[in-house]
Amino acid sequence: MELIDLTLIWIGIIGLGVFMYVLMDGFDLGVGILFPFAPDDRSRDAMMNSVAPVWDGNETWLILGGAGLLAAFPLVYAVFLPALYLGVFLLLAGLIFRGIAFEFRFKAPAGSRHWWDRSFNIGSTVAAFAQGAVVGAYIQGFETEGFVYVGGALDWLTPFTVMTGLGVVAGYALLGVTWTILKTEGTTRDWAYRLAPWLLAAVMGFFVIVSLWTPMASEHVRGRWFDNITALWIFPVLTVITAAAVWRWLRRRVDALPFVGSMALFALFYMGLLISMWPYAVPPDHTFWDAASDPGSQLFLLLGVLFLIPIILGYTAWTYWVFRGKVQADVGYH
Amino acid sequence: MELDPLLLSRIQFAFVVSFHAIFPVFTIGLAAYIAVLEALYFRSNDPVYEKLSKFWIKVFAVVFGMGVVSGIVMAFQFGTNWSNFSFAAANFLGPVLSYEVVTAFFLEATFLGVLLFGRDKVPRGVHLFAACMVAVGTFISSFWILSANSWLHTPAGVELRDGLFHVTSWAQAIFNPSLPYRFAHMALASFITGGFVVAGVSALYLLQGRNRNTSLRALKMSIIMLAVATPLQLVVGDLHGLNTFEHQPAKVAAMEGLWETTEGAPLLLFAIPDSAAETNHLEIAIPNLASLILTHSLDGEVIGLTDFAPEDRPPVGVVFWSFRLMVGLGMIFIAISLLAAFQLWRGKLEQSPLILRALTWMIPLPFIAVLAGWFVTDIGRQPWMVYGLMRTSEALTPSLSGWMALTSLIGYILVYAVVFGAGLYYLRRIVAAGPDPLTARGPESSARAKRPWSAVSQPLDEPSPGTARS
Repeated sequence: MELIDLTLIWIGIIGLGVFMYVLMDGFDLGVGILFPFAPDDRSRDAMMNSVAPVWDGNETWLILGGAGLLAAFPLVYAVFLPALYLGVFLLLAGLIFRGIAFEFRFKAPAGSRHWWDRSFNIGSTVAAFAQGAVVGAYIQGFETEGFVYVGGALDWLTPFTVMTGLGVVAGYALLGVTWTILKTEGTTRDWAYRLAPWLLAAVMGFFVIVSLWTPMASEHVRGRWFDNITALWIFPVLTVITAAAVWRWLRRRVDALPFVGSMALFALFYMGLLISMWPYAVPPDHTFWDAASDPGSQLFLLLGVLFLIPIILGYTAWTYWVFRGKVQADVGYH
Repeated sequence: MELDPLLLSRIQFAFVVSFHAIFPVFTIGLAAYIAVLEALYFRSNDPVYEKLSKFWIKVFAVVFGMGVVSGIVMAFQFGTNWSNFSFAAANFLGPVLSYEVVTAFFLEATFLGVLLFGRDKVPRGVHLFAACMVAVGTFISSFWILSANSWLHTPAGVELRDGLFHVTSWAQAIFNPSLPYRFAHMALASFITGGFVVAGVSALYLLQGRNRNTSLRALKMSIIMLAVATPLQLVVGDLHGLNTFEHQPAKVAAMEGLWETTEGAPLLLFAIPDSAAETNHLEIAIPNLASLILTHSLDGEVIGLTDFAPEDRPPVGVVFWSFRLMVGLGMIFIAISLLAAFQLWRGKLEQSPLILRALTWMIPLPFIAVLAGWFVTDIGRQPWMVYGLMRTSEALTPSLSGWMALTSLIGYILVYAVVFGAGLYYLRRIVAAGPDPLTARGPESSARAKRPWSAVSQPLDEPSPGTARS
């Protein structure tokens, strides 16, 4: 049993699951965040159409994250959720209001449709903010006694977590706007091209602020970056290079590449976060190995997951292929 | 007044899980029906099947959407409110729920996109395949979640070490003793629920004199299925009850309202259980019948509630009455189904306005029966979270305060009121518009082919749905 470190494999799988969720729900939440700024209803229709067939599958990665944490790292599940109780409620309420908007918006009479636009927008924004606050709370750490959270109800809500929350809102908006560039044409795409550089600048602004703030908020993170492992600095450098590339692609109006570049930016942020926090699952006291479940349980699920995840990725890719290409924005509704 | 986080969390869980449960119980049955319709259409090319499928897919999309969003909530309830339980049971519960996600949720969610929006983008066979995958996904999903639930009732294959459950046999834990009965009971309940909704809506159209072709076909299909499924459910329910009698006698005692252990126990038709006095008021009983049902002998022994310490008894009144509600509704379902099937066999169902009307009234009742059944089984499990091993009071999140629980409870009630209100309103509009484009829709049916906006693009601004638009 001890030949393979199951916990390490599970860090990889959960890490992949969370990252898949961030990328995939990231762009469709981003579409929701940008919704009120779209030039007209036709653009909004096109934007919503571009994510309607896939949002449900995207959100399933979140459920996998929840269930997977319970299976592989129960301590994370049993500390994060009580600690973030009210934040989790906000996240779920947000996801509910944006989720039902997909079906209800196109069925509402014209006079009441704007309510579902608002529901989609506010729900997406709140959900994105809450997710960012979760990241901030993770960096901040949790007050635990043994394996139980003993902190207060609002410990997670601090200026730092507000900052990370806003950062994720901006980041998802960037994914959403570059997705819109990829999937639309005409006035919608022109609008997205105008907006994207501003969002890119905002994201990089948050990146700088959070990167400077994090070492101050956490001694562990400070040690990680400023003690001797200088090779780590390749990540911020790559981040800046990628951002510059996205900027260039936006200027040259290459439809597909800004989205790809934005995803790469997220991958780099994510790597930076993992490097900063390693090996802590529930900082400041518990590592991933402390948080792990019974090796037998990890193994039992691993056997199925190793077989099923490639199949899931396969049919997910297939649906994106089925719905490939530009959304038909100009097919008349009336 | 001190707010009790335990009571509030129990109310919240009951509320969010009840709200969630009504959607899957309908969509499991409906997904299978849609897959059958698509298969029949694929084989016969009969446009009636296509119309029916397109119509019920619209209903499915709305209901499934509400099921998805309320299901995401469920994935986090165990952690937010019951973290001690989650932490203790994670070694079993975590892998089981994760298997539900990777074997079912992704399948449903991904192929649903193709089912709803892909009719003109993929070959017909692939579209049929997507319909089948959605139906299969709903079944796989119910298998895992019922395995997890059944394990709470009849825990097996685990040992408790230092307050944590460790799995000793996955086969015994997953296929724990009550799973087969619960799964069969629930699967039939889903078919019956879906069947009564389809039958009720079809009957409504026949009474209104519209969508006649499609409605007759749908009514016939659903009545034949119901005439088999509803009596079968009585048998399966009885077997499920016997299984509960074997493993959870306190629950059965509460269902029967039986206080003293009795040989030749009566079946109570009516009673007002009184927990304080440990007796019933105003009993109306059929002698020896409970013993006959539970032990298959007129004077078999049935264990009474007083055999258990007061702190180990479930709440009696709500279990007792929920059980009667469920069984009573089940009897009505059998009667209506058989009556309708008889008229169908005589070729007179269309000319039986009373039965058609009764079928329309049936629409909400299976949902009530299902919820009543869940109340029986899960309130009957109290005061245990994991039967005999972990109490509900030990399962609560330690850091949870009363005001936090109250805030989220009120929040969920408000959010779900909006979701449910809007969902019901749009479902009524879909039903009012109907499946038949000749009587119900205008040019947008052809426009939809090019516009995958939403699975449900009903005409929006018409003065009254159902009138022709040209």
